Amino acid sequence: MIVEPGWYMALAAALFLIGAMGMLLRRNALVMFMCIELMLNAVNLTLIAAGRALNDLNGQVAVFFILVVAAAEVVVGLAIIVSIFRLRATASVDELSELKG
Amino acid sequence: MVELALFALMGLGALAGAVTVVMARNPVYSAMGLLATLLSVAVLYVVQLAHLVAAVQVIVYAGAVLTLFLFVIMLIGVDQVVDTDERLRYQRPLVGGVAGLIILFAAALTMLGDFDWVPPATVMNPDATNGTVEAVAVPLFTDWVLAFEATALLLTVAAAGAIALAAYRRRRV
Repeated sequence: MIVEPGWYMALAAALFLIGAMGMLLRRNALVMFMCIELMLNAVNLTLIAAGRALNDLNGQVAVFFILVVAAAEVVVGLAIIVSIFRLRATASVDELSELKG
Repeated sequence: MVELALFALMGLGALAGAVTVVMARNPVYSAMGLLATLLSVAVLYVVQLAHLVAAVQVIVYAGAVLTLFLFVIMLIGVDQVVDTDERLRYQRPLVGGVAGLIILFAAALTMLGDFDWVPPATVMNPDATNGTVEAVAVPLFTDWVLAFEATALLLTVAAAGAIALAAYRRRRV
């Protein structure tokens, strides 16, 4: 029994869904950030599986760029979370309402 | 057969880790769940012959990014009270319902095998997608060299921005 690329894509869809649900349900900014990483990983898995299905190595190259962008995003995002914490002493996104009109 | 066993094992591991990320009360447990997911997905990359991507996944994600997460969790404090007042009354069941619908959709697509919007290759050729260092480097440094340079700039800007944010002190008024 062979594992089709579609199976990997289904697994990636489930991972993406769990990440999106966490993004919507949790209020801790750090956990929301981890859910973003979860979704990025799901997309990476999809790209690898699609590249295999299409006999194309460019899927793996795209995953590289996503990895780099995710790393840069984590660095800046965590710095923002830390500076918000220094200002407000909270990591809950419900407490941050300065921009509310 | 080996691929099927690995897919089942690592897929379950990735899903369990992902659920842990969302459900855990303590952010440290969330980080550990994320680690489980990242390593399981790395194994799935190896199964699909993306060797270099798997190595980078373990080094960059499980090494650097997760360490950064744990560092910030420790900095902010793990023993925060989870506030229990519910401000989202109907949104949570709504999210559950929509998620169930999407899962059904994905499962139906998988069962039917209907991925017609992208015509797949008639015969999968493992040699063409064997992601060794050399094989991935060739398109990376020929077709995508401009994007490669752009990511170098992006990393520099991100590092400078993180340092600027960390060094910023609010002026007392």
